[in-house]
Amino acid sequence: MKRNQDEQLENQDIEIRLLIEAIFQKYGYDFRNYSQAHIKRRILNRFVLSGLKNISEMIHEALCNHKFVDQILMDLSITVTEMFRDPGFYKALREEILPILQTYPFIKIWHAGCSSGEEVYSMAIMLKEEGLYGKTQIYATDFNPLIIKQAKEGIYPMNRIKDFTLNYQKSGGKRAFSDYYTSNGESARLLESLKKNIVFATHNLVTDSVFAEVNLVVCRNVLIYFDRGLQDKVIGLFVDSLPGGGVLCLGSKENLQFSAHYAQFNPLIANEKIYIKKYPN
Amino acid sequence: MTGKRRYEAVVIGSSAGGLNALKTLFMGLDSGFRLPLIIVQHISPDSDNYLIHILNDLRKLRVKEADEKEIPMPGVAYIAPPNYHLLVEPDHSFTLTVDERVNYARPSIDVLFETAAEAYRHKLVGIILTGANSDGSKGLKRIKELGGLVIVQDPDTAEVDSMPRAAILATAVDHLLPLDEIATLLNKLEDEKK
Ligand SMILES: C[S@@+](CC[C@H](N)C(=O)[O-])C[C@H]1O[C@@H](n2cnc3c(N)ncnc32)[C@H](O)[C@@H]1O
Repeated sequence: MKRNQDEQLENQDIEIRLLIEAIFQKYGYDFRNYSQAHIKRRILNRFVLSGLKNISEMIHEALCNHKFVDQILMDLSITVTEMFRDPGFYKALREEILPILQTYPFIKIWHAGCSSGEEVYSMAIMLKEEGLYGKTQIYATDFNPLIIKQAKEGIYPMNRIKDFTLNYQKSGGKRAFSDYYTSNGESARLLESLKKNIVFATHNLVTDSVFAEVNLVVCRNVLIYFDRGLQDKVIGLFVDSLPGGGVLCLGSKENLQFSAHYAQFNPLIANEKIYIKKYPN
Repeated sequence: MTGKRRYEAVVIGSSAGGLNALKTLFMGLDSGFRLPLIIVQHISPDSDNYLIHILNDLRKLRVKEADEKEIPMPGVAYIAPPNYHLLVEPDHSFTLTVDERVNYARPSIDVLFETAAEAYRHKLVGIILTGANSDGSKGLKRIKELGGLVIVQDPDTAEVDSMPRAAILATAVDHLLPLDEIATLLNKLEDEKK
């Protein structure tokens, strides 16, 4: 009986790998080096909802039905995010990092894996309050075109605003958070003036290359979904995007310490996972 | 026969009342206890994970927060960080994710148990302790299906009994015991050979 079960599990793992391979070959989205346990959970969730007979049927469906593949793409994206998520991190950015950036004539920031934009608008608000927004260019990228569309809109359901406001206050916000949006009761629309210096674009960290030199890279809660090899590859992109003295911010449970590129960085605010790239000797 | 252990890891899920339950459980463990313990205790998202300090102070096992990509070591207890799900990969390393809440919880016990069940198969022990919801019962069922050993705290002895009761309804459990006897059983499992 047990052997039977082991075989079933083995077959399922093979089918999932084939599905991931099919999506890569047909659409170019490369999930082959994402966390296996994570991918499996998400695919099996979709499988149960789909009503299909087995994972192999999902392969055919993913090849032929673009709506279905969009759905899988969403399932594998995990776009969960918040404004001022981890207020302590934003406090550190405001108090320790922005004063460094202030000394530059022009500031370039890259938000990689920005999801629906909450993190980017949080940055814009802080830059405004510190008087730096006018000389800043923000690139906000994610590989999922549907989520980038949402990010551009900058409209969020009213029921999330309470948490955003609380986070904003905890992070050292200087005004009333309601100064930054207009509401129709159901949703909050962020001010157009916050979008002025932001370019939203699709960019895949796994398959695309460096596109600009920037002073600050913010990539939070994206690398946790990648295996060690892929993490190193992506951190390599950040190394190439940053000059000496450039700053890299990771998520609170992400760590450079075990990366092949660790020697290129010094921890700047270790407990907030903020690193500074060393100057070449 | 070589002295290879039958079991390789223990996963534990607890919620309301969990801190006291875990303390009692830890106190009952032998000081040389070797199986890695992987624990999800429901905890508020902005908690500083004080649980780790409290359990470490008991000086039974080394207790630490589970880091991403870390491989569980014998004699160490790992606690899921607040606001992240903890998953076990096929190579036994940990993955942390910020996916949506499952059963209103992040970390969720089901997420840990289901992934650990597949990673360890029949070499896993799963334990459900006190709690006020039903998180963990699906995961416990999965552990049982894949040949692991499943233990539930006797609901009559639990600070809050709904989580153990939900687990019993979902699975034919192997042992239904008060906390001190769960500890005794774990100490014995340690010695059990293949
Ligand atoms: C959990 S969200 C993190 C959002 C935000 N950075 C935060 O910390 O709140 C992860 C995001 O990474 C994006 N992502 C995943 N794989 C990616 C890739 N290969 N290239 C670019 N973005 C990716 C997902 O679409 C998702 O929006």
